[in-house]
Amino acid sequence: MVQYTAAHLDTSFTALADATRRGVLEQLERADASISALAEKFHMTLTGMKKHVGILERAGLVTTEKVGRVRTCRLGARGLAAEAAWIERHQRLWDARFDALDEILSEMKQEGSDESTS
Amino acid sequence: MNQQANSAGGTQNRASVERQGDRELVVTRTFDAPPSMVYKAWSQSELFRRWWLPKSVSGVSLVSCDLDVRTGGKYRLEFGAGGSDTMAFYGKYLEVVPNERIVWTNDEEEEGAVTTVTFEDQGGKTLLTFHEIYPSAEALEEALQGSAAGLPEQLDQLEQLLADMGPGLS
Repeated sequence: MVQYTAAHLDTSFTALADATRRGVLEQLERADASISALAEKFHMTLTGMKKHVGILERAGLVTTEKVGRVRTCRLGARGLAAEAAWIERHQRLWDARFDALDEILSEMKQEGSDESTS
Repeated sequence: MNQQANSAGGTQNRASVERQGDRELVVTRTFDAPPSMVYKAWSQSELFRRWWLPKSVSGVSLVSCDLDVRTGGKYRLEFGAGGSDTMAFYGKYLEVVPNERIVWTNDEEEEGAVTTVTFEDQGGKTLLTFHEIYPSAEALEEALQGSAAGLPEQLDQLEQLLADMGPGLS
């Protein structure tokens, strides 16, 4: 699995720190869209929207493809991969915690069978 | 994947971790002990502090751990990495039913999750469910993306751990 360094996440974070860009991602979750359609949707110039899409693209959150004169944007795989990494970290964390908890529980059981605790 | 050892001593079962919808995280696991015991290990500081921070995480310690586990009570955990800076997680217990459930807030974040842990008796064993719900999809997204941003690389492990703890007990 891809390693997500702090720098990667920082890029994502910067990309996500803007309301318009979050809006664009939400929009692309519903359907792919051209830059001009997005510009219109968000009441923005084509140049302005290109800039936003560029930032999202560098963060791996969006990919674009030019067919003829139209550049189509769609969600990148990155968002999903980051989520998978997050789940995986939780998995490791909880497994480690719960294994330790198992040990403590078996200790408690032994103490319990000696019976003198409150 | 190795086989499941389902008897005698160390029951090697993995926790199940999943997202539900866009605002919830659910972790479940069965323990070979009655709910009263698991509850005790969760609600007494001296026991809790022995398992909450995994040993595999080197260089980080739980500097303090105060749990006043009763409805309306507060908790505060502070982690340190050797220096004088610590990172604190704190909140309030919204509901406590001994041996059954604990519900708490995570107040170090502006939009922190509300966490519920339940202990369900299954013939002497305990099905533990850890459930956290964020106020919005955005808040979960921030826990997912935001808290990991911008720390020096050598602190990566600490940061990751704390990021996970943030939404956890935090």
